[in-house]
Amino acid sequence: MTSPTTAQAGTPAYDIDAIRADFPILGRTMHDKPLTFLDSAASAQKPRQVIDAISSTYETEYANVHRGLYQISEAVTARYEGTRETIRQYINAAHNHEIIFTRNATESINLVAYTFGRKFLEAGDEVVITELEHHSNIVPWQMLRDEKGIVLKVAPVSDDGELIMSAFEDLLGPKTKLVAVAHMSNVMGTILPVEDIIRRAHAVGAKVLLDGCQSVTHIPVDMQALGCDFYVFSGHKLYGPSGIGVLYGREELLDAMPPFMGGGDMISSVTFEKSTWAKLPHKFEAGTPAIVQAIGLGAAIDYVNAIGLDAIGVHEADLLNYATQKLSSVDGLRIIGTAPKKASVISFTLDFAHPHDVATIIDRAGVAVRAGHHCAQPLMERMDVPATVRASIGLYNNRSDIDALVAALGEVQELFG
Amino acid sequence: MSDDLRELYQEVILEHGKNPRNFHADDDATNEARGNNPLCGDQLVIYLKLDGDRRVADVSFLGKGCAICMASASMMTELLKGRSQAEAEALFEAFHDMCTGEENGHELPDDVEKLRVLSGVREFPTRVKCATLPWHTMVAALKGDDEISTE
Repeated sequence: MTSPTTAQAGTPAYDIDAIRADFPILGRTMHDKPLTFLDSAASAQKPRQVIDAISSTYETEYANVHRGLYQISEAVTARYEGTRETIRQYINAAHNHEIIFTRNATESINLVAYTFGRKFLEAGDEVVITELEHHSNIVPWQMLRDEKGIVLKVAPVSDDGELIMSAFEDLLGPKTKLVAVAHMSNVMGTILPVEDIIRRAHAVGAKVLLDGCQSVTHIPVDMQALGCDFYVFSGHKLYGPSGIGVLYGREELLDAMPPFMGGGDMISSVTFEKSTWAKLPHKFEAGTPAIVQAIGLGAAIDYVNAIGLDAIGVHEADLLNYATQKLSSVDGLRIIGTAPKKASVISFTLDFAHPHDVATIIDRAGVAVRAGHHCAQPLMERMDVPATVRASIGLYNNRSDIDALVAALGEVQELFG
Repeated sequence: MSDDLRELYQEVILEHGKNPRNFHADDDATNEARGNNPLCGDQLVIYLKLDGDRRVADVSFLGKGCAICMASASMMTELLKGRSQAEAEALFEAFHDMCTGEENGHELPDDVEKLRVLSGVREFPTRVKCATLPWHTMVAALKGDDEISTE
């Protein structure tokens, strides 16, 4: 394990070269060029510590969890359940049984829509989202609307990509039952004023779900201080494996919600006449879970904690500023999303080339970015662009990555300009 | 810059991409279809005017897309006029095989040799659909479907 240093003014937040050495994939090339990976908002790379935790579990300690009456099953169960405690601390939840393992954030949101939504929302009740949501925080509510006749209201964003708070507030009322918003935009990096959002939503008696997919890797969160009701994220954007996600829910809500899926592990007892449900968190975790993926996520959070989210925030903010400056000097480049409070994501368009062409050309220079609508088609429409190029920053990126991106954009200009 | 990039973005493609031909709606179209590429959000509409013998009397398109998609659509509209439905569909098969590199015995006729400039997409599997979207959409319009989506 690298030994990260504490951030001090004017000095690097941590030894970036040592950190990069922890990520084996950063040593490879793409099209014979050093890999410049700027797509962490889609899925982050994994440090050796996570890869080792996964392979060592399979090699030395693998069995099913919660039921084996033998040593390695007990040991792997302890590690699996230990991850729940790691996550509880990471987001400062009150209880570790408020941490529900899912496949990913999308499943977490669907779980809430399917159980909380179906049980507690009636025709005419309102769910408020925003224009900058990922499809995963739009479609489940549309499905609930079509099934139950709830009303979906959409709070607008400004040209800078900020939530327009006065308009958001105007949407709240006695019928608002749930406010479901991204903590941070996956397209523009905008950080939403979630404290304010939660306070105003709670003032009208609505519950709040935060989509933490992007924020969980960049911003310390505190469930108890925030007072949010649901918080969801995926493991794979947090330097852990895919196939594991998290739903945090307040105990009293989770207790009141019916199960999501039926099966093994989620029951207390089963007869053909009637089954009774297991206690939290297992009520929501039917079937054999993603055991090793959960353990891998625990290792990823340990890794992030060892560096420190504050230090990561300092490092990434410096890079974001650098990238913003460098990209702003590219002729014909327009940054989409210029909110004062943003993190680690820059979307842009070039007036001489389509985002898809840009991504193909810079791929040949070893630069990996995302191009397209980023699962946020309504936001693309709002910002009046068909698609964007998105460069996103992880804790392992450095200024050379930004320089490589800008140089590669020069090749696009050479062809198209 | 790599050779396969130069091969993909040949001058004629860039030129069609910037100045697409037959780039307009057609209120008198007999057949039209919308094509979507959900991967990238590219969208276009193909307008066909078929005569009594189901021969293409006119063809145009509108849409937003990358240079490959726009150039492919533009060149397609230049080549379709005067062709029968069967000829247009055969052309689609041949073009599709050229882009994917599949060998199904569909050869591009000599009079559409210029489409070969788009064969560079073969080296870019994620971009094949950009080139074929206009063609898929044209075939959907011929068949009377009003919307298609490439997966």
